[in-house]
Amino acid sequence: MPKIKIDGKSVEVESKKTIIQVADELGIDIPRFCYHEKLSVAANCRMCLVQVKNIGKPLPACATQVMDGMEISTKSKFTKDAQQSVMEFLLINHPLDCPICDQGGECDLQDTAVAYGASQTRYTEEKRVVINKNIGPLISTDLTRCIQCTRCVRFLKEVGGMQELGLIGRGEHAEISAYVDKAVESELSGNIIDLCPVGALTSKPFRYTARTWELDRRPTISLHDSLGSNLEMHVKNDTVMRSLPRQNESINECWISDRDRFAYQGLEHDDRLLEPMIKKGKQWITVDWQEALEFSAKKIKESLKKDGNHSLGLLYSAQTSMEEAYLLNDLADQLGTPYVDYRLGQNNFDTKGMWLGCEPDEIDELDQAIIIGSTLRLEQPLLTQRFRRMVNHGGELTLINALDFDPLINLREKIICAPSDYQKILLNIIRSIYELDKKKISHPDIVKLIKKIPADKNNTRWVKKLLTTNKRCGIFIGQNALESYYANNIVFLANYLAEITGSFVGSLMNYPNGVGLDFAYNKREFLDISMMSQRDFSSFLCFNMEPDIDIKTNLPLHAKINQSKFKLAITPYMSDSFKDFDCVLPMSVYSESSGTFINIARHVQSVKAVKKSKGNSRPGWKILRVLGNYLGLEDFNYESSEDVLTKIIHPKKRLIFPKLTTKKLEAKFTQTPKDIEWLKLTRPEDSDMIVRRAQSLHARDHRIDDVIRAHPTTQAKLKQKFYEVQQKGSKTKLSIIPDDKVAPNTLCFYEGLNSKKEKKVTTQDKTKARAYD
Amino acid sequence: MPDEILAPEQIQKKVFPLCLRTKDLKNPASLATYLSIGGYQAITKILKEQISPQQLIDEIKLSGLRGRGGAGFPTGLKWSFMPKDIKGDKYIVCNSDEGEPGTFKDRDIIRYNPHQIIEGMLIGAYIMGANRGYNYIHGEIWQEYLSFHEATREARKAGYLGNKILKSDFNFDLHAVHGYGAYICGEETALIESIEGKKGQPRFKPPFPATHGIYGRPTNVNNTETYASIPWIINHGGQAFSDLGVANAGGTKIFSVSGHVNKPGNYEIEMGMPFSELLELAGGVWKGRELKAVIPGGPSTALVPAESIMQATMDYDGLAKIGSSLGAGSLIVMDQTTCMVQTLKRLSYFFYEESCGQCTPCREGTGWVYRVIKRIVDGQGRSEDLALLKDVSNKISGRTICALGDAAAVPVLSFIKHFENEFQYFIQHKKSMMGQQNA
Repeated sequence: MPKIKIDGKSVEVESKKTIIQVADELGIDIPRFCYHEKLSVAANCRMCLVQVKNIGKPLPACATQVMDGMEISTKSKFTKDAQQSVMEFLLINHPLDCPICDQGGECDLQDTAVAYGASQTRYTEEKRVVINKNIGPLISTDLTRCIQCTRCVRFLKEVGGMQELGLIGRGEHAEISAYVDKAVESELSGNIIDLCPVGALTSKPFRYTARTWELDRRPTISLHDSLGSNLEMHVKNDTVMRSLPRQNESINECWISDRDRFAYQGLEHDDRLLEPMIKKGKQWITVDWQEALEFSAKKIKESLKKDGNHSLGLLYSAQTSMEEAYLLNDLADQLGTPYVDYRLGQNNFDTKGMWLGCEPDEIDELDQAIIIGSTLRLEQPLLTQRFRRMVNHGGELTLINALDFDPLINLREKIICAPSDYQKILLNIIRSIYELDKKKISHPDIVKLIKKIPADKNNTRWVKKLLTTNKRCGIFIGQNALESYYANNIVFLANYLAEITGSFVGSLMNYPNGVGLDFAYNKREFLDISMMSQRDFSSFLCFNMEPDIDIKTNLPLHAKINQSKFKLAITPYMSDSFKDFDCVLPMSVYSESSGTFINIARHVQSVKAVKKSKGNSRPGWKILRVLGNYLGLEDFNYESSEDVLTKIIHPKKRLIFPKLTTKKLEAKFTQTPKDIEWLKLTRPEDSDMIVRRAQSLHARDHRIDDVIRAHPTTQAKLKQKFYEVQQKGSKTKLSIIPDDKVAPNTLCFYEGLNSKKEKKVTTQDKTKARAYD
Repeated sequence: MPDEILAPEQIQKKVFPLCLRTKDLKNPASLATYLSIGGYQAITKILKEQISPQQLIDEIKLSGLRGRGGAGFPTGLKWSFMPKDIKGDKYIVCNSDEGEPGTFKDRDIIRYNPHQIIEGMLIGAYIMGANRGYNYIHGEIWQEYLSFHEATREARKAGYLGNKILKSDFNFDLHAVHGYGAYICGEETALIESIEGKKGQPRFKPPFPATHGIYGRPTNVNNTETYASIPWIINHGGQAFSDLGVANAGGTKIFSVSGHVNKPGNYEIEMGMPFSELLELAGGVWKGRELKAVIPGGPSTALVPAESIMQATMDYDGLAKIGSSLGAGSLIVMDQTTCMVQTLKRLSYFFYEESCGQCTPCREGTGWVYRVIKRIVDGQGRSEDLALLKDVSNKISGRTICALGDAAAVPVLSFIKHFENEFQYFIQHKKSMMGQQNA
């Protein structure tokens, strides 16, 4: 290990480290603009120039590796001179109008200028002006302020996976630009706002709404994907003004997805339900809490008395906290109904105990990964970035999906097939292993199955790699595989493949608190959605969900809710979804309530409210607790959400998570080529009630047509030109357009789009429908 | 130091066409012409006799050949840096991206003697174990690009390029690459980026191209004249080459003389010729005027006033002694009527336009410098401007990723150093000291 001297202090440091890394570790401040620990080194801003003994020129600390015997001075006059001169150069063309800049008060350039800049400029010539570019609804550009550090360029290329911005032009004419007429489309694009050290890239929705010093910063987590990214919500006048990432290396590092960043716009949406309401005749009447709760309790009790305990159904979303879910389940138990579930999108309920299978940062270092049935960037934007890094580190990724949705990763192999064929692909791999070593495969059912299919010689070399014991391999099962009818078979086979190759199985399911709810209730004998869709209810409770949109299963569950006589919703938003309901109770959104969530990697995260509940809304757990009182239930006297939590998670005991379990392999392989399968996709901005209402995320919705896409060969086989599908709760006719990105025999469409009526197919439709992929 | 001015015939004897030796022949660029003067003999001999690379490097070291692109780094030493134990592709690149005002020697070598470059590169590839080469020809010369491309085609057809060259196990292929006219691409790492199809911007060093060059592979970049000198060295021996020049500067050098002379052009002469004799070769200062100053090696080398340059010899040490350098050997001669302020304005405009914009001091500083000088020329100069110009130039110098920052500072500092009175006159009187004829 090299020994160096930095500011007169002798230290021993790891070799290959750069001066700036060593200085950061020692707490020595070196100013910088272009350097960022997560990005490649550009060494172009020259702000971090430092003196190294016996070298005539100052060296950039970000790009200079320490060497034995180096003597570095970060405070000497030589260093100061160099840094001050760079500061002067940076400021000559930078507008000196911080009071009108949105970055003012939280600007690296401003802060550094206070320390290194002169109080007066020597530059009296004209300043450079750069025309702003429109790069989309999320990021505002003020390119005259740009100091060409290229952090945004490097982020989009290295982390985002596609170089959507570049530095065009030479010399003083150099400017950041997107491709002609293109916006930045990365699902991680908002991070360049944080990365920009000046006010050149700012948040369009937040711009000019608040000053940094007016904002209270409160920690929370994001509930829009199952990663549970750590957020810091900035609050002014009891309103969330923006969300920024909170660094957590084991979860989201220092990034968040655009969905996490701009979802806050939905929190204050006009749709928020602010008072309890009861339907009288066909009119909604605003009532007080007491009346609403008495009414609801009375109706529920009546129906239970009349139609028996099993006549009550309860559904809640996977965004529900552990505490709320506990109360809901306890309520169901005490009332004696087994019908309570949260798996609103699934069609098969046989697998339990699924989680990511490893820590998120372990993905970075995998040697092999197989992903089955996931449109990665749509569902898990930040985990996708981990897989991208894994491939950049030399790992190999194989993607099996029903839609050729570019993950912006160099794949080892891409297999596009209908969802029912995922099982066959897995069998194929197992078959190749069988060819190499017959003893490996002993499961009689599987042996029987693989003998029926021919061996795929192309797999051999790769399969050998899978079998190498010192390689770490993960088999990840994505959203559309887990939601499909074949989920049990897919997980069973993946698990078997994992066993024989010494790898592990992980889930990429995008249920925000899915792992937590599975942990708490997978042993419970509740009757799942498939049972619920087979019987009639006389009263129904929907918690934290819009039933017509959030129920994505193909099972006829939504109809069952509509048929029940008394429908109660506990919901943060009022919408058409509840037009047939009898009572709606206003619930706080997650930023206004405390709660505990377990993310996909089994991190337990408890958060507090970042602001007061809006209007007369109340945190979900409080509503359930009081409703329980009105229903006369026992033990419903909790003082706080922490009280509730002790019922599920003992603060002193280690959590013991359930093992992955599946049911037996079933003979669900009989798919004839004639069959048509559905691939329902959800755009990230449609995934829950809150993001559906975040305007900026929807600013470019018109780009996507509400159509069904099918492989040209499939489309040619189909007799009809339209299909009727459930779109936002109502039946909608969608036209079918050809797209070779979709697997054969598969019909693919985005759920939750604002549907237009029947529409003639034009040549442009294909590109428009693809605009998202 | 010359004791006496030689007679013109004696000066003529020191003219030694080595890189430009086919210039006066018929069809100078053709393979047949090159073969007729003993072309491709060096590589043939090397391949036939299996001369070891080390032996060849020793010969080049002995010749005292130094990089002709401007930096003057000993070529033999540079070639020995190429890692031998790395397997896989290795590249050599010929840098014909001469873009500085007043440089035009590489153009003539390509125009008259492309095969000598090819043979030089073949020898370089043999020594350094490279299997692929590029000649990066700068954007403004299209015809030369086409003719070099034609020469590689001819050479390939004749078996000098491609696989199993001259029936040996040596494989090497060479391609002409046309630049897009960016001066910065003459910087070797920017040139490498450009060859890779990226925007021409210098890379931070280390790692150096010798280990991480084109596509991250070991790469060696040399000037056109350097490569063109190699076959002669192998044919005649390093000592003979060294004997042509003076101590510490072996061989011949092409000087591109431009500006206020009667016969501007390329003069290939033995190193160490006194400047006065070179001026004589170029026909002397035009219109019978007096010499005022000379930029001896291209604008990135320091300006030298007449009295110093007349005492100097044209070699590395000779010019270093008078505070300048040999650079690429591009002399810009200025007569007594030249306005130094306006000349500097033009030169700083060049560096302002050609800065790549990657790193701060050069991107911002070159524009600042240009605007201040322009303001002086426009009659808006201020008394503190000269101190400002010097200070800004000093702050660009040594703080950038590549040497262009240093290069941009050199003319400003040297012009003001030698002709400060002229600048002050311009600031005070809002007009040139030289009167209106150059305004």
